[in-house]
Amino acid sequence: MSKTVKKILEIHDLKREFQVGSETVRALKGISFDVNAGEFVTIMGSSGSGKTTLLNILGCLDKPTDGTYLLDNVDIKKLSRDELATLRNHKIGFVFQAYNLLPRTSALENVELPLLYNKDISSSERRERAIHALEAVKLADRHDHTPNQLSGGQQQRVAIARALVNEPVMILADEATGNLDSRTSYEIMALMQDLNQTQGKTIVFVTHEPDIAAFSSRTITLKDGKIQKDTNNDNPKSAKEILAGLPVTEDY
Amino acid sequence: MNIFNLIRIAFRALLRNKLRAFLTMLGIIIGVGAVIAMVAIGQGSKESIQSQLSSMGSNMITVSPSSNINGGVRIAGTSFQTLTEKDIKALQRGAENITSISPSVTSRGQAINGALNWPTQIQGVSPDYLDIRKLTVKDGISFSNENVTVSAKVCLLGQTVIDNIFPNGENPIGKVIRFNRIPFQVIGILSPKGQNAFGQDQDDIIIAPYTTVQKRILATIYYQNIYASAASAESTDAAVSEMTEILRDSHRLRDIEDNDFQVRTQAELINTLSSTSGLLTTLLTVIAGISLVIGGIGIMNIMYVSVTERTKEIGLRMSIGARGIDILMQFLIEAIIISIIGGIIGVVVGILSSHIVTLTLKWPTIISESSIVVSFIVCAITGIFFGYYPAQKASRLDPIEALRYE
Repeated sequence: MSKTVKKILEIHDLKREFQVGSETVRALKGISFDVNAGEFVTIMGSSGSGKTTLLNILGCLDKPTDGTYLLDNVDIKKLSRDELATLRNHKIGFVFQAYNLLPRTSALENVELPLLYNKDISSSERRERAIHALEAVKLADRHDHTPNQLSGGQQQRVAIARALVNEPVMILADEATGNLDSRTSYEIMALMQDLNQTQGKTIVFVTHEPDIAAFSSRTITLKDGKIQKDTNNDNPKSAKEILAGLPVTEDY
Repeated sequence: MNIFNLIRIAFRALLRNKLRAFLTMLGIIIGVGAVIAMVAIGQGSKESIQSQLSSMGSNMITVSPSSNINGGVRIAGTSFQTLTEKDIKALQRGAENITSISPSVTSRGQAINGALNWPTQIQGVSPDYLDIRKLTVKDGISFSNENVTVSAKVCLLGQTVIDNIFPNGENPIGKVIRFNRIPFQVIGILSPKGQNAFGQDQDDIIIAPYTTVQKRILATIYYQNIYASAASAESTDAAVSEMTEILRDSHRLRDIEDNDFQVRTQAELINTLSSTSGLLTTLLTVIAGISLVIGGIGIMNIMYVSVTERTKEIGLRMSIGARGIDILMQFLIEAIIISIIGGIIGVVVGILSSHIVTLTLKWPTIISESSIVVSFIVCAITGIFFGYYPAQKASRLDPIEALRYE
């Protein structure tokens, strides 16, 4: 590393234990890694590897039992439930496997949602930023469409726009391509890569598909609550190129 | 988080499920509508009962000479002669709570028409008396103040008298009858009133100017009674004390002396009236309470279902930065919006149905502002009360579990 880059995530010896009846389940057994601004990290692992537990902690939905987690230099261990909510609102953009859009609500209103919980943003700014975010995911012409009028890929793009609208320091994607066919998955990955490369967004992408991990610049593999592998991928595949190579379908 | 955003969020959430919102409102709409319609019907019947009771003369006040003790022997009040024209004048001048006043003198005797006769009573009064007793002239005319001034020998006949001395259906108007030996010209017929509460026939009577009865039959300058009508049933008590004051003054009684007269009211009728309206009010309050509580339980029920059904939405909102209080407020505001909009629709429904009841069933209805205000406030409180627990449940969800909820 030639120049110093801002660290978005600093994780040191992170442990998370659950009490199930009289037994203690140790989901995370001491994990340490840092993520720099502008990185595209995939976190991989089979089920039971502690992937979901780590995701919940990264997303400030859960707190570690032990160890430290600094998100953008904020130690989440010291924060209350409400402070965590505000932190999520300001610093994290979630993208879920099941999109989690509000039904019967227009794309624009769905994208506006995080800003409604931010009292510093006026209603005109809210609208402007939502329109802008929809443009960034190439859905500028779908403002008024409700989720059931959109395809799966389009819904996921609305969800990404929602994750972008509060200008987070990190986009946290949880199996974001899990419900999509491979072509649409490549479209989503192409969008993610575009956001990462042209806008410098930091992305943490949790997945169990090695195929998807190939698009990222770094892959962390978990096994049994520990980091099994942490590899940099100096030459990530380009989703855009793969898309171009696929046969053209009539649907899109 | 500002309150306008919360209201916006709650509104959008409600608009997303219009049918459910409407069904939830239905309880409140019916509750408030029923309260307003019930109270309107109740007030209407109360009013019509009151007007019926007052047609029985519930506002009537009777002044009679008091009994007195003369050398140890109590003597019936009627044989005392204390009420005179001076008292009537004083009352007419000074009493503000009475609307009409009439002296009264009565005599028993035989009413005679040719060969037929009938024992009855003649009552000498002023024209106001008909108004005080709610008597109406069915045929012909009533006598005038002019007739009183000149002690005209004219009279009004009650139905029972007519049945007995004009048995063949002749028209008595214009005919001259005799009471004892005095001839009277019949100028009007009283509408039948039937029996009073004690079985006395109120139609067995002849009414004539009091001056005529005083001079030609009784040869007296005194009155046996004074009848007056209070402005309303409520002002009866005020009228009584006012009249007592004026009469004491007019009779020049010193403070240590007892009244030489009595002022009486139709207390029994007034009590009936107030207990009837009291009963109606209680009944309606109970109905109002029950329907609003049912509406409130409806809100709570649907809000609970709604919280469960929208667990995932709540998880999402929390993950993108909604705090517990934001979720609590959202659901609470949803409940309040439902109850307020339901309340407004309920008011409209209540007013409309009151009008429909009046138009179709011809029941009198009176829509009272207080019932609108009270039911509206109660339903807003109901919304807060019954919306709070579901909202609190929603706000305490764990975002991780809520997001994974299927």
